[in-house]
Amino acid sequence: MPIDKFVKLESTCVPVPIENVDTDQIIPARFLKATTREGFGDNLFADWRYDKSGNPKKDFVLNDPTFSGQILVAGQNFGSGSSREHAAWAIVGYGFKAVVSSFFADIFKNNSLNNGLLPVQVSKEFLEVLFQSIEKDPKTKVVIDLENQKITLQPNGPSESFDINPYKKKCMLNGFDDIDYLLNINNEIESWEKAHS
Amino acid sequence: MAGKTLFEKIWDKHVVTIVDGGPSVLYIDRHFVHEVTSPQAFAGLKDRGIKVRRPEKTVATADHNIPTIEQELPIRDELSRFQVNKLALNCEEFGVPLYGLNHKWNGIVHVIGPELGITRPGMTIVCGDSHTSTHGAFGSIAFGIGTSEVEMVLATQTLLQNKPKTMRINIDGELGNGVVSKDIVLYIISQIGTGGATGYFVEFAGSSIRSLSMEARMTICNMSIEMGARGGMIAPDETTFEYIKGREFAPKGTEWDKAVEEWRQLPSDADAEFDKELQFKASDIEPMITYGTNPGMGIGISSSIPNLEDIEKSTQATFSKSLQYMDFMPGDAMIGKKVDYVFVGSCTNGRIEDLRAFAEFIKGKKKADNITAWIVPGSHQVEAQAEEEGIRQILEEAGFEMRQPGCSACLAMNDDKIPEGNYAVSTSNRNFEGRQGPGARTMLVSPLTAAATAVTGKITDPRDFL
Ligand code: SF4
Repeated sequence: MPIDKFVKLESTCVPVPIENVDTDQIIPARFLKATTREGFGDNLFADWRYDKSGNPKKDFVLNDPTFSGQILVAGQNFGSGSSREHAAWAIVGYGFKAVVSSFFADIFKNNSLNNGLLPVQVSKEFLEVLFQSIEKDPKTKVVIDLENQKITLQPNGPSESFDINPYKKKCMLNGFDDIDYLLNINNEIESWEKAHS
Repeated sequence: MAGKTLFEKIWDKHVVTIVDGGPSVLYIDRHFVHEVTSPQAFAGLKDRGIKVRRPEKTVATADHNIPTIEQELPIRDELSRFQVNKLALNCEEFGVPLYGLNHKWNGIVHVIGPELGITRPGMTIVCGDSHTSTHGAFGSIAFGIGTSEVEMVLATQTLLQNKPKTMRINIDGELGNGVVSKDIVLYIISQIGTGGATGYFVEFAGSSIRSLSMEARMTICNMSIEMGARGGMIAPDETTFEYIKGREFAPKGTEWDKAVEEWRQLPSDADAEFDKELQFKASDIEPMITYGTNPGMGIGISSSIPNLEDIEKSTQATFSKSLQYMDFMPGDAMIGKKVDYVFVGSCTNGRIEDLRAFAEFIKGKKKADNITAWIVPGSHQVEAQAEEEGIRQILEEAGFEMRQPGCSACLAMNDDKIPEGNYAVSTSNRNFEGRQGPGARTMLVSPLTAAATAVTGKITDPRDFL
């Protein structure tokens, strides 16, 4: 799937200050029977978001109109558990373009980048400041500048740099995915096949 | 320069190129496909208007969603049926061989690859399923991938991967009576934890491993993912060659001789260096059982659940939450605990040797009345062989029933779900909350411990009968 370009994003944030959010909580297994990537956003955090009869639970942040935006800010160790890519699809499907946390599970990070969702890993202290600022003023904006690998709280900071693999950065900036890259090196793959057949 | 490890020999050979400042492009020899993680990947190919690059290196099966009774009838669950049908349509359209429902080669993806001789030493193997590590038992690099990566391999037969670190886990000595390979791997995970091998590709070695059959080796590699490893592997030897020889897709004639010659070069060189090495003694291992909600929460069956003080501070909260879910108390003995369900099957322990061990144990005994038992072969071939060896009959005489092959109660995606609050002793690989059904309580064990428990109706040490 070709991904959206990600250069610079300025947005308000949705805070989920819970640690160890695993992929089963992001998208429960019973929703894995779909055969397209669409529609997972409706079931993002389904068990926290809806009660047993499917009514929105008032106290969950996605049901609270005070908070909105394209940046999800989550507690430490986000995205552990099964390798289901459906978790990334659900977050993208809901409308998020970036997730900020102080630690991400490996496979989740990969799956996100493969779907144009930017995982931004910040220090624990910075994350704390983010949560507090958003809590105080839900209209608080954050700028994520991928070119300069910088995340900044508006209007006056603080700001922090984040890491990203240079290859992945290029892909995100240009809206390429891995498949585009691999299709482009077809010649090399062909020569490998010839040499090893 | 130091020699190479088994992993490095295979990896290096398969690197097509290395991306500047990025991962390696790894060529993939075999790609297994199943119904749950593939539909979006095939849809991606259609969107781009491209074909499957090497359909002949791709094999598909339906296993996760299928029922394990009345497989001749249409699948009742609408979404499951749709997903299984979608796989058939996609395979047809893209020319991928499919061993679907009711095909004589159908079965759990990690059972059929080896038994058809598709899985072989020296290969790179992937599948959109974390337990792909199973195939590493043959001395191959095998690991699970996400759906975008499934699309990547379908489209290009390659994958972008960062090279993991290497770890060797040595287990030496003779296994005690009643101790089998499942106990070895549950023991290792209990010692190093579910994150103990994160970032590593693990080679299992040592005299205990060498003495194991291929089925037993697969059980160990299968669960390497539960210690956090990217994958697990075991060097190929005579046992490996003996297992592969003559199987459906195995090389034949002079091709065979040539292949074996190559496979003999694969084991890690004597002076190869690993980023990390661990050592365990077989004599320290007894039949294992899990008491909590991750595979690392395992203990020897004769010991008791740890007390809160014995648990590291940082994991105490998880420990307590886990016990609460299981409705167990710290310090409880496991032996004698009541059980409702016994599940024998899955890609961990659903092979012929597992059914044999179970059947031999229960022969001449009777299933306890309070136990509902699901004995599920991993494939049609396992089922047929069990039939031929008289295993079905032994099971039936003891009050057990053998179901049809599939993932079954390993995960709650098909009809085989453990009811809420019930206790299941299971030969599968994951005991997460709700894994076998909402509210189901899972205890992971070997087929022998499952057998002992099935005849007494409560957690039982198989050694009591041996
Ligand atoms: S048996 Fe269980 S672990 Fe194995 S492939 Fe099926 S669902 Fe996955």
